[in-house]
Amino acid sequence: MPEVVLSAQNLVKHYPIKKGVLRRTVGHVKAVDGVTFDLHKGETLGIVGESGCGKSTLGRLLMRLEEPTSGSVAFEGQDFSGASARDTRRLRRNIQIVFQDPYTSLNPRMTVGDIVGEPFEIHSDVVPKGGRRQRVQELLDLVGLNPEHINRYPHQFSGGQRQRIGIARGIALNPKVLICDEPVSALDVSVQAQVINLMEKLQDELGLAYVFIAHDLSVVRHISDRVGVMYLGRLAEIGEEDEIYSRPTHPYTQALLSAVPVPDPTLRGKREQIVLEGDVPSPANPPSGCRFHTRCWKAQDVCTTDEPDLQPRPDGAGEHQSACHFAEPRAIVETKDVSNLQHDARFATTKVEELSEAGDTPVPDDRSTPARAEAMDPTAEQPQDTTRVVEDPTDRPR
Amino acid sequence: MTTQSTKTRSQGEFTYTPEDGRLLEVEDLYVEFHTADGVATAINGVSFELNQGESLAILGESGSGKSVTAQAIMGILDMPPAVIPQGHIRYCGQDLLTMDPEQRRKTRGPEVSMIFQDALSALNPVFPVGWQIAEMFRTHRGMNKSDALEQAVRLMERVQIPGARDRVKAYPHQFSGGMRQRIMIAVAIALDPAVLIADEPTTALDVTVQAQIMALLEELQEERQMGLILITHDLGVVADVADRIAVMYAGRLVEKAEVTDLYANPAHPYTRGLLESIPRLDQKGQTLAAIGGLPPNLMRIPPGCPFNPRCRMAQDVCRTDLPPLREVAPGRLSACHFAEEVIDA
Amino acid sequence: MTEATVAETTAPSDPHDTSDEGEVRSLASDAWRAMRHNPLFWVSAAMILVFVLMAAFPSLFTRTDPNFAVLAESRSKPGEGTWFGRDLQGYDIYARCIYGARASILVGLFTTTGTVLVGGTIGIIAGYMGGWVDSLLSRIGDVFFAIPLLLGAIIFLVSLPEFFNNNYLLVVLKVVVALVVLGWPSLARLMRSSVIQVKPNDYVQAARALGASPLRVIGSHILPNALAPMIVVATINLGAYIAAEATLSFLGIGLQAPAISWGIDISSAIVGLRTTPHMLFFPSLFLSLAVLAFIMLGDAVRDALDPKNR
Repeated sequence: MPEVVLSAQNLVKHYPIKKGVLRRTVGHVKAVDGVTFDLHKGETLGIVGESGCGKSTLGRLLMRLEEPTSGSVAFEGQDFSGASARDTRRLRRNIQIVFQDPYTSLNPRMTVGDIVGEPFEIHSDVVPKGGRRQRVQELLDLVGLNPEHINRYPHQFSGGQRQRIGIARGIALNPKVLICDEPVSALDVSVQAQVINLMEKLQDELGLAYVFIAHDLSVVRHISDRVGVMYLGRLAEIGEEDEIYSRPTHPYTQALLSAVPVPDPTLRGKREQIVLEGDVPSPANPPSGCRFHTRCWKAQDVCTTDEPDLQPRPDGAGEHQSACHFAEPRAIVETKDVSNLQHDARFATTKVEELSEAGDTPVPDDRSTPARAEAMDPTAEQPQDTTRVVEDPTDRPR
Repeated sequence: MTTQSTKTRSQGEFTYTPEDGRLLEVEDLYVEFHTADGVATAINGVSFELNQGESLAILGESGSGKSVTAQAIMGILDMPPAVIPQGHIRYCGQDLLTMDPEQRRKTRGPEVSMIFQDALSALNPVFPVGWQIAEMFRTHRGMNKSDALEQAVRLMERVQIPGARDRVKAYPHQFSGGMRQRIMIAVAIALDPAVLIADEPTTALDVTVQAQIMALLEELQEERQMGLILITHDLGVVADVADRIAVMYAGRLVEKAEVTDLYANPAHPYTRGLLESIPRLDQKGQTLAAIGGLPPNLMRIPPGCPFNPRCRMAQDVCRTDLPPLREVAPGRLSACHFAEEVIDA
Repeated sequence: MTEATVAETTAPSDPHDTSDEGEVRSLASDAWRAMRHNPLFWVSAAMILVFVLMAAFPSLFTRTDPNFAVLAESRSKPGEGTWFGRDLQGYDIYARCIYGARASILVGLFTTTGTVLVGGTIGIIAGYMGGWVDSLLSRIGDVFFAIPLLLGAIIFLVSLPEFFNNNYLLVVLKVVVALVVLGWPSLARLMRSSVIQVKPNDYVQAARALGASPLRVIGSHILPNALAPMIVVATINLGAYIAAEATLSFLGIGLQAPAISWGIDISSAIVGLRTTPHMLFFPSLFLSLAVLAFIMLGDAVRDALDPKNR
């Protein structure tokens, strides 16, 4: 196994709840409550969970946007927490982040060139001043955007293109780890695949390791080598992609997988669905013992008192880490191996380069009729403006 | 689709009886948005119909016009900026668009009802949820306060809100997202509508809650023989619930089919491309293929087929001639010049 | 609402624009794009231009010395040799109205600049730092906010040493200082809340993740996106400060004769309220128009910068 680049040791983040005039602390929201994992060079670790499970806080802790209450994050063996200002800057070069919302992650008052070039302004020793513009254009090209568009503003791009800009900023300093916080969940279905493919291409070319945080289990399965499932601030289960999806041993993972709709109407009514009782408890007051016991159909007395350790437990074919006293494998989804499946290239393509030509950037085309030229007019492709008008007419300016 | 019981519904002096179980007929509908920057054509000649007890999914990306379609049927479009230059929306044979506003208003709730994506903003934060459900009975049915509240409790129990009787006086923010969506469903079905439109009802919810809500909707539809229009972008949700699917792209219907046919053999390159491009939970080792480019700006929809700039099959004819929505196989409609080739692929 | 929303709701770029330069997205260009079609903006801008010219070059509008008294023609009516008539002292009312603009415009501009600098800076610090710094600064602001503007100004101005009455600029300055001291908290509050709104945006987080210094984060990310509400309110306040200056001068504690101010003239016209109302009417008209012009401009700016109103 390749070397560990990023390692989280027992990470904890509690937010105080303050009440009253004197702002007395009356409790804590336990957003992340003891998470430990290693990320290896060049791999993708998927983190899944429902809203409020702490996965986004985990991302911010790894990125050092928040200080952990306790625990540590180490990059290539060097602990973040005691790091000097200079070391922290060095670490920042090696760990970067891509955000979920392409509309709030880019400063609307800066050009694309300024946004992607900002890393070089802050870390001025990386690229000499004269070469920055060229380097920014290379980056834009790398993520499938037209390098000529360096002087445009974010509002002139669609959601998918904005996400590419965010990715270009993230990889500008050549980091070793990219933390991706729901990078595709705000995008349209047909654009999601473009961005996922781009991220996979970049990973191959630049040897990046991804921490891919998402709520969409299908996307996570597709992109991840290993997957961690979070529930109420803790990892319920972590293992290779196949171990989690084909042989889950934690009841929560099993319930989660059973709830994901599969785009195949012939399976309707044939899939077993595990319906969970009740709602996710408040992270301010998590249940004793195993946090999942209030909703678990397997729960026994021991679950209410003893917190199960995250440790290797047998999964039928081998073993992987799971935090359940009664861990046992259960097949939830019939997995088909489609690695040899050939896509019909007439409808969609796996080639990232072809995609960027297909519409994101205007390509001079000898065959192009005037009609086609207009359709490919770069300025004609700003769906975010019209879709806002159309999808949300109540929000129309009067 | 068999229709055993043809319900007759009356609202004051008007009576709505579905003919042959046909509840809703949308015919050649256009919706435009007139803005300072120009005219955006959000819906461009859309036709479909909905029968009793049927669930029709309208599938599309943002900007495809699926939500505008729903709002046009409900009559809740803001006009202006929206304009409906032509088209008909017939409910039980009567055109909602030419109906007088007062009469149309009375169809909202008892005849056609809607669930929104964001339950928190769709419910009024300053009134208890029970009161909001009871309000439907008081204004439309003229019930007194205690009877209406009693009905509200029963409805809350029907949509499986635990401890309904104790929580009838609670406010929307005191409920979780899933529970709020249940309350909104209760409000929507309170007057036993014949048509229920659900606009992305589960998009804002977690996956485990999403499954519960879809199951509830399916159950209620079965029980009340409602016509359900499910507006969504999620191919997985559609596969689980819908009988028929209409796929929209840039304001047009590009394909319409029974759900199994559509997934097995899509007849439009766009549908086909979408199905190829989504990662699936039950597959491993797949490489994703993607459709290039972006949906067009609705103010400048390309001539010919609106999908042609992104279509890898596009020929010259696609850039000049708009393909009509035509029957390409029994019960299957597609708006592609080369639909036969796509189906066979 | 944050500026990010402004960006989304603005018009798509001109379809015929084939250049690769994007439209500039500075606050000013945003505002300009929306305002140039607004008649309210043009009317108010024209009025303000006239008043500013009046303040800077009064001799463009009148050759008459406002301090030249013709006692014999005291209280003469408009049209009797002068356009607006003469006041109690025999001064030409028209000339005094023109010369009175200077005090109003100076006080308005200086006070606005002062409150924006003081209030804006304190607001940014409070909003960005948060925690006890925020609490402390907000409480200090509340203390000043609680003092009624006029009452506070009266006490402040009366207690200032005689030194400040020595020359015109010092007198203006003392009114400005009084108004700034009492006026900054409203802008500080506003700035604080818009900074708090902008701060959690992902682009601010991204800059922090890159290791940007707080100064950089504030200067290039927070400030440009948090400035709009303060500009709107500051413009409207400018009108209010002009009115406040007139009020203080009217009460005899702001500017004092021989300085010329609309407030002073209104005050001295009161004696002839019934017999010679024109003495009261013209300075009041000028005052009202000046205040109105800035409030209208503020409205136009708000329409341009606030996506909710568009």
